[in-house]
Amino acid sequence: MMPTRVLVPSGVLGLGFDPAALARGVAAGPDIIAIDGGSTDSGPFYLGTGTSKYSRSVCRDEWRYLLEARAAAGVPLVIGSCGTCGSASAVDWMYEITCELVAELGQSLRVARLYSDVPIDEFRRARDAGRLSPLDPAPVIDDAALAGMTNIVALAGAEQIQAAIGTGADVVLAGRTTDTATIAALPLARGMHAGAAWHGAKIAECGAFCTTRPASGVIMVSFDETGFTVTPMGDGARCTPQSVAAHMLYENSDPWILHEPGGHLDVTAASYTEATQDGVRVEGAVWVEARDYGVKLEGARLAGYQTMMLAVIRDPRYVEAVADWAERLLAHCRELIAASLGLLDDTYNIELRLIGVDSALGGLERDHGSPVEVGVMLLITAASQAVASEIAALINPHLLHYPLTDDEPMPTFAFPVSPVHSDRGAVYEFALNHVLSLSDPMDGFRLRVDEVGHG
Amino acid sequence: MAELREIVHRIRSKNAGPFWITIDIFCDSPDVLARVAAALPVERVAGHLRLDASHLKRFEMPTLNVLKFSFPRPHPQGSLRDRDMHGAQVALLLESLEV
Repeated sequence: MMPTRVLVPSGVLGLGFDPAALARGVAAGPDIIAIDGGSTDSGPFYLGTGTSKYSRSVCRDEWRYLLEARAAAGVPLVIGSCGTCGSASAVDWMYEITCELVAELGQSLRVARLYSDVPIDEFRRARDAGRLSPLDPAPVIDDAALAGMTNIVALAGAEQIQAAIGTGADVVLAGRTTDTATIAALPLARGMHAGAAWHGAKIAECGAFCTTRPASGVIMVSFDETGFTVTPMGDGARCTPQSVAAHMLYENSDPWILHEPGGHLDVTAASYTEATQDGVRVEGAVWVEARDYGVKLEGARLAGYQTMMLAVIRDPRYVEAVADWAERLLAHCRELIAASLGLLDDTYNIELRLIGVDSALGGLERDHGSPVEVGVMLLITAASQAVASEIAALINPHLLHYPLTDDEPMPTFAFPVSPVHSDRGAVYEFALNHVLSLSDPMDGFRLRVDEVGHG
Repeated sequence: MAELREIVHRIRSKNAGPFWITIDIFCDSPDVLARVAAALPVERVAGHLRLDASHLKRFEMPTLNVLKFSFPRPHPQGSLRDRDMHGAQVALLLESLEV
């Protein structure tokens, strides 16, 4: 049986790759080109709004290279987790970019869109039918949490990607997908070793991150009936047993086990050996099929509307006592808000962060040096932007002049910008960490196929 | 005695999904891994990170000379109280631990 070769141009569309390495990959004769389009790593805002984190023009430029590479290789091109979050709107955003480029390039393509969205009503029915299992830790999903939910997506696995490829598509634009599914789909469909298919896909999901030169982007993974071989395409890049094995750790809470729709990967017994000049051979991973087929869900809900203010304290006496000052200021603000706006503490959220003291680690911070200045960042979150802005306006003069004690001349702190407050708009939070069981892998997923550039 | 940062190759942390953080401690040799592993039992690291020890997962990986810890985020990634969207700064907390 011939091996199945998957060309992975980069860890994510929008991150960049070396065009010469891509050309080398195309010349090596891949069976499919697969790239990731997103993740949750950038935070809940993108799923909350259904928008892309990456620049449209950068994604467009890179996608153009990949459409040309696809045409040269004559193989399918698959992107998972379109537009960062993989919502329907993000899939359609990639479709719009694809249509523009197809016209420019004069290509004719069959384009499949795989939608992973779960409508709120459908989600509620699944919850009430007991088809939802919480992972650890799982947020509570009562009706209040559901009310603010803007987007829910299910992470597609190999089965849904196989269905999309099975339409004869030249290009597959997939909604939210596990990082590995786009890479594992074709090797699994062609009967390659299942453990190797998932293991190789996990190793390759960030492109050249598993090599000695992560920025080179492009790698090739060759899957067969007993294992896989991963080879970098970038000039001067090498794979070593360590660089390959270490990628199992990356963004993975368990370095031996990886859960996927339909089962889990166990790499406890995997072996990594130098194979070719630059490549590494891997065998020994095991795929363990689950009794029930389930897909993981991601959901984002509106957490409110935010206004931010920043002042800088330079006066050494204030810098030295900044923690006490901050605590007193915060209490003073709450009193003002109650007295002037009649708002109860639980109807808004106000947080003060000391930039230069503990702003990255909060209460976990152990090192307290002697900063010469401290930034004071106020984050105000309320049920509407108008209320958050009104609270900011109320606090503004106090942030400018709040004294350390009652008996001293009024201080004035540094405001670096005017206006000092910035309305940040809607803010979101991840609100699901659950698995949805499906009687058929395509339940809830939707495929749409279009002939683009024909006639 | 030495600080952890003085004897290991690299310490990094990162999100493992929106609800977990994972810390990887890369040691250059089996000897260093043995020393680090002996000095960093679950209870000590959990205490340092102010976590309930039952929530901290610990993995020794001799083939890579890596010691790995994973724990649920105190605040979900990017939620109102979260201060470190990518969870990449928390590893710095361990650097100064005496081993």
